[in-house]
Amino acid sequence: MRRYLLTLRRFWGTAIAGQLEYQLNVLIELLAAAANLAGSLFILSLFFRQSGSLGGWSWQQALVVQGVYTLLDGVATTWLRPNLGAIVSHVREGTLDFVLLKPIDSQFWLSLRTLSPAGLSELLLGLGLVVWAAPRAGGSAGPLQLALALLTLLTGVVILYALWFLLAATSIWFVKTWNATEVLRAALTAGRFPIAAYPPALRLLFTVVLPVAFLTTVPAEAILGRATAPWLGAALLMAVLSFAASRAFWRFALRHYTSASS
Amino acid sequence: MRRVARALLGSQYALMLEYRAEIALWALSGLLPFIMLALWRQAPAGAHLGLGSGGLDRYFLSAYLVRQFSVVWVVFAFEEDALLGRLSPYLLQPLHPLWRYLAAHLAEQLTRLPFAAAIAALFFVLNPGAFWLPSPGGLFLAWLATLGAFAISFLLQSLIAALCFWSEKASALERLLFVPYLFLSGLLAPLAAFPPGVRAMAQWTPFPWLINFPARLLAGLPVDAAAGFGAQLAWIALLLPAVLLLWRAGVRRYTAMGA
Repeated sequence: MRRYLLTLRRFWGTAIAGQLEYQLNVLIELLAAAANLAGSLFILSLFFRQSGSLGGWSWQQALVVQGVYTLLDGVATTWLRPNLGAIVSHVREGTLDFVLLKPIDSQFWLSLRTLSPAGLSELLLGLGLVVWAAPRAGGSAGPLQLALALLTLLTGVVILYALWFLLAATSIWFVKTWNATEVLRAALTAGRFPIAAYPPALRLLFTVVLPVAFLTTVPAEAILGRATAPWLGAALLMAVLSFAASRAFWRFALRHYTSASS
Repeated sequence: MRRVARALLGSQYALMLEYRAEIALWALSGLLPFIMLALWRQAPAGAHLGLGSGGLDRYFLSAYLVRQFSVVWVVFAFEEDALLGRLSPYLLQPLHPLWRYLAAHLAEQLTRLPFAAAIAALFFVLNPGAFWLPSPGGLFLAWLATLGAFAISFLLQSLIAALCFWSEKASALERLLFVPYLFLSGLLAPLAAFPPGVRAMAQWTPFPWLINFPARLLAGLPVDAAAGFGAQLAWIALLLPAVLLLWRAGVRRYTAMGA
């Protein structure tokens, strides 16, 4: 365990030192993230021009969903994209061999090798929006609520990670699955809005098949103090199952790995 | 000239056919307009857009199709070519490198056509009520407008790609361009949904002419065609000389990667 923590510190130290070479990029990313959030809020406001609610959610409540989405998008940019996006090129160029030879868990190495500060601005903006909107939407900050909010956010992150990793791991067979993760990203944008705003058929799809509901709506409900036991249980179960699935699938995929050009 | 064009298009088409599966996935990743359609159809705000019954379905399907045939990725292809040093031999050839990228885009659109048609067909199977056939005249105008939209996006991205001669990370700048495109083009919400002040302001940017205008033409919704084509031509007339000038200045100071 200590060895893993030590490795993690080395990984992230070098990653951040490397990224600091490109300071102008960080500024551009900050500008892009702010403009992106402003645009999303503008589109969201269009739904409130005629009526006071979107699928039963008020403007401030919908802002919490938007904030959670921005936060998760920041997590994806900081952590998931740079790491899991690299799996495809490891497979294509054969450098996965070197990863597998290391005396450390290969899923750990591939999932946590690097960090990109590009998503930090999104993380901060999303967190800021949640903190600003939650009290105005009727959420109160008791210790139980805070704990439930953190727990659901964590399950959301785990589910997102597992989905992304599963897709990236299919590159063992198909090599070029970079676009498959792009499809996932496009589908996940559905999480910008509360699930209740969708027609019933899509609501079912976004809960069971593509668990967008657990990524943004369930954490937003918990932040607003409206979390119910069945949803919390479902979120936990989904997180545990999807993480176990990602692990089992990686083991299975490695059995089919034949290295590049063989 | 014609031989060069045929060779370029033929070879690029053959190349794109190799990446059919990838292009199919790209076509799928553009499904954002359909997610937005589901929201707009459900929300009370959707009924106040003045699009008539079925107009919303037609608008968003058209927006999807227009987007599929005006996607541009010059910046990314160019950045990769510049970083890997492939640009130098391209510059030596007696053919402007932008022609090569243009041929690649046209070939890719041809490869995309069956996938986009399949998604449109699936849309009609799921929503039989939304089925419509545009009039031949309307279809022709919509095709022209989509071509105009593609030309503007291509020139805008080429402008940013030319900045690669000065900076190695032009794709970061492309992100800054993509944000207003996403929100002002009409991909997420028809311009009719915007408050009048924002709509008036958006019309002075190139973005609404890239999706909203061609999509309305294709969907057969009321639209001022003369103003739309006028705006498209004005943007092309403005961007084309700018791209050529910036490109020439850039090539002059190009020293190849690593020099």
